Amino acid sequence: MANNGKKQIDNTKGELVMENVTRVFRIPGAPACTALRECSLTVPRGSLTVLVGPSGCGKSTLANIAAGYDHPDSGKVLINGRPVTGSGRDRIMVFQETALWPWMTVMKNAVFGPAMAGHISKAEAEKKAMALLKKVGLEEFKDKYPAQLSGGMQRRAELCRALVMDPKVMILDEPFRGLDVMTRELMQEYLLTLYRDTGLTMLFITSEIEEALFLADRILVMTNLPGTVKTEVDVDLPRPRDFHVLSTERYRQIKAQVMDSLYEEGAKIFAKLDRAEDLLGTCAN
Amino acid sequence: MANAAAISGPTFGVRVRKFVVSKQFTRGALAVLGFFVLWQAGSMGLFPFMHAIPTPVTVAGSFWEFMSTGKYWQSWMDSTLRVMYGFVAAQILGIPLGLGMGWNRNFKDFSYPLFELMRPIPPLAWVPVSILFWPTNESSIAFITFIGAFFTIVVNVLGGVSAIPRQLVDAAVSFGASPRQVFWRIVLPATIPSIVTGMMVGIGITWNVVIAAEMIAGNTGLGRLTWEAYLAGHTPGIIVGMISIGVAGYVSSMAVKMIGDWLMPWKKVF
Repeated sequence: MANNGKKQIDNTKGELVMENVTRVFRIPGAPACTALRECSLTVPRGSLTVLVGPSGCGKSTLANIAAGYDHPDSGKVLINGRPVTGSGRDRIMVFQETALWPWMTVMKNAVFGPAMAGHISKAEAEKKAMALLKKVGLEEFKDKYPAQLSGGMQRRAELCRALVMDPKVMILDEPFRGLDVMTRELMQEYLLTLYRDTGLTMLFITSEIEEALFLADRILVMTNLPGTVKTEVDVDLPRPRDFHVLSTERYRQIKAQVMDSLYEEGAKIFAKLDRAEDLLGTCAN
Repeated sequence: MANAAAISGPTFGVRVRKFVVSKQFTRGALAVLGFFVLWQAGSMGLFPFMHAIPTPVTVAGSFWEFMSTGKYWQSWMDSTLRVMYGFVAAQILGIPLGLGMGWNRNFKDFSYPLFELMRPIPPLAWVPVSILFWPTNESSIAFITFIGAFFTIVVNVLGGVSAIPRQLVDAAVSFGASPRQVFWRIVLPATIPSIVTGMMVGIGITWNVVIAAEMIAGNTGLGRLTWEAYLAGHTPGIIVGMISIGVAGYVSSMAVKMIGDWLMPWKKVF
């Protein structure tokens, strides 16, 4: 990743590899649903890789497997070449819905991880959390409860909570879904700032092409069920990015490339929906 | 709760004074006052069907007489203690049982069917058995009161544990929390709102139950006081008893609400 201006490659950052991951959901009384089939992908160390795909294509299943909340029926998940099972603090996930603990203040939420892991002292954890909260404009809200924050603030607090842990890989599963457009754009900028400053490996999942293009070093386009990575697109737009990037020729070219790939998938769903027997086999998210 | 002080702000005295002049208090007080005015008018002939009901003024006179007797205050004491015993025992046994059923699948498989068989039996249906089983009247009334609150709290806690959003637990596990830490730091606090709801509902039920149990099996208490007034044909006395029960229930729910607010600084009970 020569284009994102990061200083050095750090061994604490992780490379996430999924090899031929297959996940089949078997629900009694319903046809088996293959959410992922032979899905392979690589999230290079220190990159911001964005996975896009139509909704219900197995993106969340993939996120859950990468985070270790779910297990593949076959295939492997590797961090820096070592297979991983179960969840761990090397892979922190930011969920679609807020997962801040409502009974803890923002600061308590942020230092919960270090308190559990015990890898740094409490004072150190608070200092680190404070620095991150400052970066996203939440320092004055550190003693508020999540319910006292707006949706956007909650998402920012959650990003801080994850970043305090210095995860090897950060997995963000449609983290800005449900936010209004302005807040969403602001959140994307905050995320890019945090990415620039930490250089963490990030796997960002979304169903919005614009969001993907704005954020990504690399875009992975996912096929419809059964899900697998279909196309990889390098996003060589210069960083730091702002809204001007949206009007460049290169942006349009990449967007067209991604959209072609996605529309093929979209068209497939509609073709499928025409056939009633296949409708039964299509399982939503 | 470390932040309770930061959230609650001004002292208790200041808050009471603020409350008395607040809109909320004025509205509630107006409704109570309006109720008594209507009642007075009704008993004086505005509503003919109320002819047998003594006026609030008459009742107030009886109230004064009752309050000057030791028996009246002893009734308060006895009923309150029975409610306390039953209610506290129900929390002590019910909260862990609900948490256990929600947390451990195997334990739930064992206990849930038995629990659901017992739950529909109304507290008062336990009266004969508990009189036979418990050595004293006092203990059987406390037991029936306990039954009234127990099932409610267990169902609430179990529901609360089951409704914890998965990602709250998943996130804690990712951050390296052990199962024990997940239980104490995530599951328990996440269940507090349900525990408080169970307590709010439970305290109301215990007052219902204790009064009925006293009427059937008791020699003392506010329920017995009311019943005796009825047996003696002393209508104002019945109403004194009823109002006393209402006040007792109201004060107890306020106390539970305060406990709830103290337990959950991140959220108001209602």
